[in-house]
Amino acid sequence: MTSADPMNPPLIELRNVSKRYNIGQPTEAEVLHGVSLQVEPGEFVALIGPSGSGKSTLLNILGLLEPLSGGSYRLQGEEVSGLDDAHLTLKRHRALGFVFQFHHLLPAFTALENVTLPALMREGRVSPAQDRHARALLADMGLGEAFQKKPGELSGGMQQRVAIARALMMQPPLVLADEPTGNLDMHTSDEVFTLLRAIHAARRTSFLIVTHDPRLAARCDRVIELVDGRIRQDGQSPAT
Amino acid sequence: MAAWLGFEGRVAVRFLREGRFQTLLIIVGVAAGVAVVAYISALIVGLQRNTLSKTLGAQAHVTLRPLDDEVLSARLPDAPGTQALVQTQARSQRPRSIANWQQIVPVLEALPGVSAVSPMVSAAGLGLRGDGARAIALMGVELARYDRIVQLRSKVVAGEARLGPGEAIIGRELARDLGLSVGDRISVVLGSGGRTVSESLRVTALVDLGVRDLNRRTVYLPLRSAQSLVGLPGGATSLDITLRDVWQAKDLARELSGRWPYDVESWQEANAQLVSALNAQSVSTSLIRSVVMIVVVLGIASVLVVSVVQKQREIGILRAMGCTRGQILRVFLLQGALVGAFGSLLGVLLASALIWVFTSFVRGADGLPLFAITLQPLLAAQISVIATCCGVLAAIAPARRAAALDPAQAIRT
Ligand SMILES: Nc1ncnc2c1ncn2[C@@H]1O[C@H](COP(=O)(O)OP(=O)(O)O)[C@@H](O)[C@H]1O
Ligand SMILES: [Mg+2]
Repeated sequence: MTSADPMNPPLIELRNVSKRYNIGQPTEAEVLHGVSLQVEPGEFVALIGPSGSGKSTLLNILGLLEPLSGGSYRLQGEEVSGLDDAHLTLKRHRALGFVFQFHHLLPAFTALENVTLPALMREGRVSPAQDRHARALLADMGLGEAFQKKPGELSGGMQQRVAIARALMMQPPLVLADEPTGNLDMHTSDEVFTLLRAIHAARRTSFLIVTHDPRLAARCDRVIELVDGRIRQDGQSPAT
Repeated sequence: MAAWLGFEGRVAVRFLREGRFQTLLIIVGVAAGVAVVAYISALIVGLQRNTLSKTLGAQAHVTLRPLDDEVLSARLPDAPGTQALVQTQARSQRPRSIANWQQIVPVLEALPGVSAVSPMVSAAGLGLRGDGARAIALMGVELARYDRIVQLRSKVVAGEARLGPGEAIIGRELARDLGLSVGDRISVVLGSGGRTVSESLRVTALVDLGVRDLNRRTVYLPLRSAQSLVGLPGGATSLDITLRDVWQAKDLARELSGRWPYDVESWQEANAQLVSALNAQSVSTSLIRSVVMIVVVLGIASVLVVSVVQKQREIGILRAMGCTRGQILRVFLLQGALVGAFGSLLGVLLASALIWVFTSFVRGADGLPLFAITLQPLLAAQISVIATCCGVLAAIAPARRAAALDPAQAIRT
């Protein structure tokens, strides 16, 4: 599982990563125990496991939102465990897209504005090209009519699709999704998932998706199972 | 600048608009604070200006007089080792002229900041008409020069200001007390050098000097007449000086008395009580201002603290998307500034309304406004800038909290 080719490093390379919370306090607990993991560009991976097994923690570490307590993490070949907040922030902006269970759209902004926020925050303005890109993304998500709607005026499935468009806005190589369909009914979940697969097919963006739903996990190319902070199983999905 | 304001500005405005009621409440709160500060400041400025112009309307900014006569002991110096207890008795002061005043006047006039200099011969005496007699203050002046010190012509309430030989201008109350009107004659009597001299003067005008006590005593007569009455031909007992900036009086007085052997007094020294009253007023105003500003700062801060807690998730997702700590910080600082700015705008309007009410409805006994009170644009601008700075100041703590939020934690909640 080691990458030999330095010109084409793995997208994600975790070596023996551990995570402890509340270090030095009576409540100190190790949540991840020596997790090693490698994801290549263009993979479509499901992360499954029982509640409390550390999936969100692992995703937050991969998303540079939380520091790791031990081991090493290379993102696109670059060691990130020692970077300061400013560099991590920049890397998140360039390399990562996020979709969470609760959409986390900004309610005061329209769907289109939510999608262009990542561009706005870097340059202070949205260029016409970026605006066109955002509109095309929303249209791809089937939201051609909803540009000017506020999140409150959209259904749960539509809100989640706006969040996906936003995650794709800066064209990151990796999208991290934490139970993106956890809050949706089965039919809507299927629709959103179909959309994710279509995006993957069109753009070869890598996806790492945390899900509870075995039906959806089965629609991924690779399934990693986390139990009690350890990888129990990592392999090709039987469906593919 | 515009580039980073693009993001921060837009988010700050949206956040404020989103928290409608909260935002409205705090803007109204800031407006109330600013209105109170602006109104009180304008009121005090108006009041002080009014008091000052009343006080300075009838007196010079700086007055130069000869030094008091000093009585020197005529004894020979003591032999070393002996101690003597010496008592000297102060002598009564007689009117004396300022030495060389004719030469001094052009020198004073050439000083920067001096707008007018006027010589005067003054003495106490009695004013008589028929059976009536009143104690009076005789002031011999050259009308043209003296007018530039106290604008005497503008204070005429009857007759026409004129001071030819044998003519006099007198205070309104004195005229009433002695039953005088324009064209009548008044006899003035004064003791000088052990004899009594008197002269009869024709009243050409009555003046209102703004202070009743002055109106009751003052008799202006030509400088020459006063000189001969007092027995100081060609002399002047004092020089009145008017400045362009009244607040320079103290410095000028100090400088002149250091330079020349004269007694130089500024209006502040002549009205020490008034000056300390004005100072006390200013101190109280500053105190009220500071307290109101502190309340405003605390109000804005508390609203923003609540807003940071309410917006945790949004802050978390913004950070996840690549928003820097500095940007989050500025979003909240900007909210403080916006609240301060809009609050002061509203507050200045409110203060203007209050001032309008004051000047339209609060009247003196004569039906005229008590005194002019206006909100100077400069004062309004100053207060607005201070309030906006207070807004930023108030936002510092909440903004730092928002910027320090752990994104993972904020998203999980
Ligand atoms: N900030 C934290 N402090 C302490 N413990 C935490 C924190 N976040 C998560 N945990 C614990 O870590 C474990 C894994 O949590 P999580 O990664 O959210 O699991 P999952 O997403 O698989 O349900 C849980 O036992 C949880 O209580
Ligand atoms: Mg979870």
